[in-house]
Amino acid sequence: MKMTYREAVRQGLRDALATDPRVFLMGEDVGKYGGTYAVSKGFLEEFGPERIRDTPLSELAFVGTGIGAALGGMRPIVEVMTVNFSLLALDQIVNTAALYRHMSGGQFSVPLVVRMATGAGRQLAAQHSHSLENWYAHVPGIKVIAPATIDDARGMLKPALADPDPVVIFEHALLYNFEGELSEPWRDVDIASAKVLRPGRDVTLVAYAGTVWKALEAARQLAAEGVEAEVVDLRVLRPLDDATIMASVRRTRRAVVVDEGWRTGSLAAEVMARIMEQAFYDLDAPVARVCSEEVPIPYAKHLEDAALPQPPKIVAAVKQLLGKT
Amino acid sequence: MSEGSLKPVTVPRELAIAMLRDMVRIRRFEERCADLYGQQKIRGFLHLYIGEEAVAAGAINALAPEDAIVATYREHGHALTRGVSANAVMAEMYGKREGCSRGRGGSMHVFDAATRLYGGNAIVGGGLPLAVGLALADKMQGRQRVTAVFFGEGAVAEGAFHESMNLAALWKLPVAFFCENNLYAMGTALARSESQTDLCVKAAAFKVPTLKVDGMDVVAVHEGAKQAVEYVRRGDGPFFVEFQTYRYRAHSMFDPDLYRDKAEVEAWKKRGPIHNLTNRLKAEGRLTEDDFLAIDAAATHEVEAAVAFAEAGTWEPVEDLARDVHTEPAR
Repeated sequence: MKMTYREAVRQGLRDALATDPRVFLMGEDVGKYGGTYAVSKGFLEEFGPERIRDTPLSELAFVGTGIGAALGGMRPIVEVMTVNFSLLALDQIVNTAALYRHMSGGQFSVPLVVRMATGAGRQLAAQHSHSLENWYAHVPGIKVIAPATIDDARGMLKPALADPDPVVIFEHALLYNFEGELSEPWRDVDIASAKVLRPGRDVTLVAYAGTVWKALEAARQLAAEGVEAEVVDLRVLRPLDDATIMASVRRTRRAVVVDEGWRTGSLAAEVMARIMEQAFYDLDAPVARVCSEEVPIPYAKHLEDAALPQPPKIVAAVKQLLGKT
Repeated sequence: MSEGSLKPVTVPRELAIAMLRDMVRIRRFEERCADLYGQQKIRGFLHLYIGEEAVAAGAINALAPEDAIVATYREHGHALTRGVSANAVMAEMYGKREGCSRGRGGSMHVFDAATRLYGGNAIVGGGLPLAVGLALADKMQGRQRVTAVFFGEGAVAEGAFHESMNLAALWKLPVAFFCENNLYAMGTALARSESQTDLCVKAAAFKVPTLKVDGMDVVAVHEGAKQAVEYVRRGDGPFFVEFQTYRYRAHSMFDPDLYRDKAEVEAWKKRGPIHNLTNRLKAEGRLTEDDFLAIDAAATHEVEAAVAFAEAGTWEPVEDLARDVHTEPAR
């Protein structure tokens, strides 16, 4: 069935709300407004104000309230408008949610789900466009997932809610209008593994969230020139599925990591380091990466485009690895 | 002050004695902790509650067993009053596996699921949103429980305080906000950090009812807390109580205590919560010196037993370092 990423996220949420009375959605403008990205439109009427909770602009408090509600037996889904705004709640996510189980000696688990939009590409300028997924992926005690496909947008919420520990979900803002096929028959998805979305023998493109589609586009362009790129969608940013990444790299012997985060200290750097640690002797070329340029994401379209990973940059990086410049 | 002008103890003797016992237990426990810190048996940060005992003893005795407590990094007294065993708290200070947090938390992170003590939070203001969430869960699930959150006056400067008060008031959530105003946020006096030093005025801005209480008088604390808890349990929303108190010791064992006059400390010590209550009970003929000595001896015995328990405790094997970072799958 064809649907948008938005509709897929929405169906996942609706399912969760309809099947588990402990689940509720809380965040800025999730109710009366219908969700910043119109994901929860109509939910307020369908599920009522107890379970679809509009919050004040208090990221710190409503994320922390989600933690407390999770401890109190609920299954909150807290929506933060964008990753940039989530920095106002970083304290609660990092200093409380992530640490709570360990520092209580295993007495308390925090089954909290936090969803937020991430990424650039809509000319929203510096304070609405960043990709800070790796800040969260740095922290033990939380899981970080990034659905890129329609199936994952539809299906990753269910295992996230079933997880006894905090899960942070990143939805790339550019993907909401993206259309694709939902698998039929439907099969539940996991929040543990990376996935090969396109097989190829010559190079592995490791990507996640918004860059998955850029990597697939690059792979199509490369195929026209006789280069078969394998595309691995990380799906889960913490913990990383090393086995899937390494299996692919061992097959193709080359890797380019594509990450919308800034290059320095990026998730791409972590993936590269792991490839170096685990698959160095299987490589035919140094691992490369395509990341965002080290600038705040600018407003003007041509500048924004230039700041982000784009298919031509990925193609160029692959050609360099193959000595085809 | 003549004995005739002492404020009457307006609670039943049994409760007065129970609160006295809790205050003495906290005092003896923490004095021993200070010794043990000197011996390097306890390391890291150690924040003593000495001087403030009436707040935990009075307020927590106003809660029901099903209620929840969220506390700060100065929480030994809350744990002991709540019924967490001195053994488990002391073993935690030692970093032993038998500690209430398996040696993962130490002095600042005392947790106890059995008594619904949700820590021990070392981020100032960090526990406030969590308390709002616990209360939200209770309200959504139709339970008549109260969540009591303790925090210092320093936390009132944090955004977390304002955001949490607003949310709790807006959604009429059952939270008792218990502010322990000991006048100093580490070394910074209230008047040096707040334009409005009347904390109740701040709380009232959120349309939350407030009460200012003498935090050195355990009876006044108990009565104030009881009023707050009863209000909150009725479901009308949160309540804010400011307990005016004072810590006798430095902020932590690292603090040279250079920011306040010795005379000020001595003046507050004259109002000490333990002799405040004992003098009144004695004047009313409801406590003898022998009664007090028996309470004191029992507290000392409990603390020494806790030290022996902690000494005999074991170290978590290093192989289990990563245990409880995530919830382990049920076996």
